[in-house]
Amino acid sequence: MADQALPIRGTLDLTPAQSKRDGMLEILHDWITTVDHKKLGILYILYAILFLLVGGAEALFIRIQLAFPNNHFMSPQVYNRFFTMHGTTMVFLMGMPAIFGFANYLVPLMIGARDMAFPRLNAFSFWMTAFGGLFIYYSFLGGSGLYGVGNAPDVGWFAYAPLTARAFSPGNATDYWAVGLIASGFGTIGSGINIVATIFSMRCKGMTLMRMPLFVWLNLTVSALVLITITPLTAAQIMLCIDRYLGGHFFDTQAGGSAVVWMHFFWIFGHPEVYVLVLPAFAIANEIIPVFSRKAIFGYPAMVTASVGIAFISLSVWAHHMFTVGMTSASNAFFTLSTMLVGIPTGIKIFNWLATMWGGKIRFATPMLFMTAFLFQFLIAGLTGIMLSVSPWDWQLHNSYFVVAHFHYVLVGAILTAIFGGLYFWFPKVTGRMMDERLGKINFWLFLIGFHLTFDVMHIPGILGMPRSIYTYEANRGWGTLNLIVSIGAAIQGIAVLIFAYNMVISLFKGEKAGNDPWDAWTLEWACSSPPPSYNFATEPVVISRRPLWDLKHPEDPDWKYE
Amino acid sequence: MLLERHRAKRVTALLFALAAFILPRAYASGPQATPSIFAPDSTPAIGIYGLSLFVLQITGAIFLVVAGLLTYVIIRYRVKNNDDGREPAQIYGSTQVELAWTVIPILIVVVLFLTTARMIFAIQDAPRPTTALDVSVVGHQFWWEFRYPQQGIVAANELHVPVSSTGQPNPTYMKLLSADVDHSFWVPQLAGKTDLIPNHVNEMWIDPLHTGLYVGQCAQFCGTEHAKMLLRVYVDSPDQFAAWVKNQQLPAVQDPAVAAGRHVFETQACMNCHTIRGTVGTGHFGPDLTHLMSRDTLASGAALNNPQNLRQWIKDPDSFKPGSLMPAMQLNDEQLDQLTAYLATLK
Amino acid sequence: MSAVPIIPDAPQEQPWHLPSRGRVAMYCLILGESAIFIIFVVAYVFYIGKSLTGPTPQQVLEIPIFNSICLFSSSVTIMLAERHIEHNRIKQFGLWWAATIVLGLIFLIGTGAEWYKLIYKDGLTISTNLFGTTFYSLVGLHASHVIVGLIGLSLVLAFTITGHVNEKHSERIQILALYWHFVDAIWVVVFTVVYILGR
Ligand code: HEA
Ligand code: HEA
Ligand code: HEC
Ligand code: CUA
Ligand SMILES: [Cu+2]
Repeated sequence: MADQALPIRGTLDLTPAQSKRDGMLEILHDWITTVDHKKLGILYILYAILFLLVGGAEALFIRIQLAFPNNHFMSPQVYNRFFTMHGTTMVFLMGMPAIFGFANYLVPLMIGARDMAFPRLNAFSFWMTAFGGLFIYYSFLGGSGLYGVGNAPDVGWFAYAPLTARAFSPGNATDYWAVGLIASGFGTIGSGINIVATIFSMRCKGMTLMRMPLFVWLNLTVSALVLITITPLTAAQIMLCIDRYLGGHFFDTQAGGSAVVWMHFFWIFGHPEVYVLVLPAFAIANEIIPVFSRKAIFGYPAMVTASVGIAFISLSVWAHHMFTVGMTSASNAFFTLSTMLVGIPTGIKIFNWLATMWGGKIRFATPMLFMTAFLFQFLIAGLTGIMLSVSPWDWQLHNSYFVVAHFHYVLVGAILTAIFGGLYFWFPKVTGRMMDERLGKINFWLFLIGFHLTFDVMHIPGILGMPRSIYTYEANRGWGTLNLIVSIGAAIQGIAVLIFAYNMVISLFKGEKAGNDPWDAWTLEWACSSPPPSYNFATEPVVISRRPLWDLKHPEDPDWKYE
Repeated sequence: MLLERHRAKRVTALLFALAAFILPRAYASGPQATPSIFAPDSTPAIGIYGLSLFVLQITGAIFLVVAGLLTYVIIRYRVKNNDDGREPAQIYGSTQVELAWTVIPILIVVVLFLTTARMIFAIQDAPRPTTALDVSVVGHQFWWEFRYPQQGIVAANELHVPVSSTGQPNPTYMKLLSADVDHSFWVPQLAGKTDLIPNHVNEMWIDPLHTGLYVGQCAQFCGTEHAKMLLRVYVDSPDQFAAWVKNQQLPAVQDPAVAAGRHVFETQACMNCHTIRGTVGTGHFGPDLTHLMSRDTLASGAALNNPQNLRQWIKDPDSFKPGSLMPAMQLNDEQLDQLTAYLATLK
Repeated sequence: MSAVPIIPDAPQEQPWHLPSRGRVAMYCLILGESAIFIIFVVAYVFYIGKSLTGPTPQQVLEIPIFNSICLFSSSVTIMLAERHIEHNRIKQFGLWWAATIVLGLIFLIGTGAEWYKLIYKDGLTISTNLFGTTFYSLVGLHASHVIVGLIGLSLVLAFTITGHVNEKHSERIQILALYWHFVDAIWVVVFTVVYILGR
């Protein structure tokens, strides 16, 4: 590999060799009090993986219950808690921390900065998020104790009013949910502010906006989006708390309040939120696909425009989750159109990735395998999204397993897949060791098979009239076999996830040494040693193109001549 | 390995095609035990079905083109064993190509949107024939109440409507209300779903083309027993419907042989929650029991309506529907027998 | 730290300017806070006239003109303070800064008096009706921002009095002032919605 020129002069690791090993307590203290963006990034990722296992275990219980009609594996109350906690966990405690983990670790490195703009705010954000998550899970104990799986929230992840009112949800479970999300929301907003400020104010010399890696662009978009989408959720949760604790009437239908207002507020947050989750997945794809195709990204300006465009359009589509609540036909038509419009910039992105691969020399290492699956799966997921946006059809499909299949196709098939790919890709940078390639391939294929068995098949019960959020169903409905297949697929996914976790642990200790630049990549983080020293860059680098390491490795044909 | 993946994708495509074309043909028209949206039997559902086939074709075509290109790229441009290790030519972009794949999707979106908009207006803003039957549907945690204002009937859990035909449309217009939380009315073969939201009146209509029993269920999570808030729509011939209406309009049967049971009903908490017209029971929290025996199921489809189940239900509703809002009444065996015997007369 | 070009012989760039991170962060915070306020304002507007019981805004709300004038003029005084700190006139800065705090306090006391009247004389609490719920939460949300702003301003005043503030801090002080301007601007919206549209 083209390693000879590295490390570049600016990125020498000048850390003196450690003389003595710290004790366990000191290491712990070090991690808890750290303000280093890299350590916080790792903490975020570990937190996300922990909750992937927890949320995944909940999903497995859900699937056991649904595998057979009239199953008595769990009571309806427990089932309802499980699917609510599964959705909440996966979105807020797995998805968000994972994307912020990547952003935290990589953004400063990619823009040649030594840390985030506000390191202490960064630590505060992480601990708020962590606290919020633990708080929500404490509801399992805090309600009526562990017996009968406690008193966790059981109102669905979108918690439609007035089911959340005191009259219908007595006890404290819903409050844990609301307060936990407000807390982790503050963490998220803090992170958003921090990342925007870092990207605007901490770039190294020469890193103009149009030279930033697309990963950075997408995280800038996401963080800006976070500021205007998490905040409506916070506002709505505050209103919910006012209703529940101070006797307010925001969503109290008995006193003239409106249930539909909650839906609007939730989805004004909820829809952009799904793009908050998917744009970082795009960000990962934007880095991995070019490197493994050995080509520069195709149409960089178009990619930037499309990403920002998606973020903007996503602000005006929220009511496509509400086609069945009785909006006027004009509103239904409007939200149909705005939703379909999102397909255009998204299509541009897919086509640009295709064009990047076109004419390249594609190397199918594990990260690229995940990216290929990501492309196919996101394509299908997007197209089922288009079907849902056809509002009359959505009157049929809404709240059916077709929707569940659609969003898992994106959330698992695109986002989780991209996260896996990203972890395989950057693991060597973070730990200095490669992840095991053979286990990686097994992980990939098992996950692929499990995924398709689960979520391809899941569309069909939806078409056959199976609603979501039901803890059981009649035997004569003809959904039994399909659900059994879905459950088997979920079990296979579970094995794949465990293999992944195993691979991470084993590679951390036994993995092959990685070197600075194992993938022969082009962005600045690969110029640092692996793992990077705490100050990242000994001296500030100066860049003159989008792919600084390409220029370094190919002085005869540098990028900057073409940009 | 790559070919395998290719095949996996083709299977996915096939599955979609199957869902689109084979399933609906496999089903005869008329009510089905599996309420497939691809076996529509009422104007709104048929319209949606037609639209969905159109959308499936377009999205299917997009899928085939894009997935085909992707597969081609993966196979054609993967690194060869005898690769020389040189980097491929670097291409940074092309405005023309970029423009092409912006404009074509825009055109597709325009087509999709216009077709969709037409269907939205056709279903949602369809003029209401003056002869239409009116029903108010009230969602309760976890059962359905059906009021027929024109006929002065209050029924529960099993909706009866007259059959309609293309020549002689006889639609039913439903006002959707809720007594507590959000629910959603969904009988896939008849129409898309519409939510029942407290303090927010919605409307929908159906005109079923065959007689028989159409099944569906509540489609908006509404609490513990959301899963057992099943919906049964009985589509009757005009004669059957008239007979049903006539029976429902009668007050409750008064049979001296079961006076003991009636006494239990009137002296226990039952009367606080249930109405039986002609008794002191006028509660509205639970279903109207005046014509309980005219229904095939108990507790919105949770159990078949027969004396054993009825007795068991009153003894312990949780044995069929754990978490339903009817409490177990702690009656002794004798009271239970009397009560069951009484209720069994309420034809 | 000195800068090292990755490609030594590359064409040299123009001088490198980046916006101050504090300013960027404050704009971000304001953006996020605006979104929160928008949601509360939308809820307020949506629920105007939807209360099932009294009292109604017409019956009980009085337009807080004096209060609003105080708050708006505090934006002017803080601007004057900003001018002075830029030129290192610490004393004038401190005076105008203190004036801002006083005006803010008057506003808060005014709001407190208004609430006292509403609660004890008119019997309007947050749980009385929809008007009460939306009114107290929107005005309360704004008041809580005034309080946070005042705490920030008072800290600066304390530092000024103890002589820890000089022109080097003018950037930070301007960023804080930005927040205060935002709080004032929000009052324009709240005022319009609550006391003009909603009455
Ligand atoms: C990250 C997650 C994510 C992403 C990216 C998306 C992307 C999209 N989603 Fe999805 N969605 C969810 C997560 C996501 N969704 C979740 C979680 C829910 C359910 C929430 C709940 O109820 O619990 C949901 C629900 C949901 C609904 C509501 C369903 C219902 O409850 O009734 C709708 C309806 O319109 C919808 C549509 C879309 C569309 C049109 C896109 C588009 O962005 C897709 C765009 C992509 C493409 C179209 C493919 C590529 C484009 C081309 C190849 C170009 C050519 C194509 C055309 C011209 C059409 N989604
Ligand atoms: C990023 C988000 C995300 C992810 C990754 C997933 C992953 C999965 N989800 Fe989930 N899901 C949601 C987000 C997500 N989901 C949301 C938002 C909802 C809606 C909730 C609502 O309606 O309120 C939902 C709802 C939902 C339902 C519908 C429930 C209902 O409506 O009744 C189902 C049913 O099958 C399901 C299944 C699965 C499965 C099988 C996986 C699999 O992919 C999971 C694979 C992972 C594993 C299997 C983990 C492996 C771990 C182990 C094997 C052992 C664990 C060990 C220890 C704890 C030490 N999900
Ligand atoms: C606290 C209120 C309450 C009391 C008291 C009560 N019920 Fe019920 N009952 C309900 C509710 C609510 C339902 C609907 C349950 C469901 O479907 O989830 C119901 C359902 C029923 C049904 C099934 C009706 C149908 O149409 O399927 C019968 C029969 C019934 N109750 C009989 C009784 C009898 C007999 C008593 C007295 C011994 C009684 N109930 C006391 C609330 C009550
Ligand atoms: Cu009623 Cu779900
Ligand atoms: Cu959406």
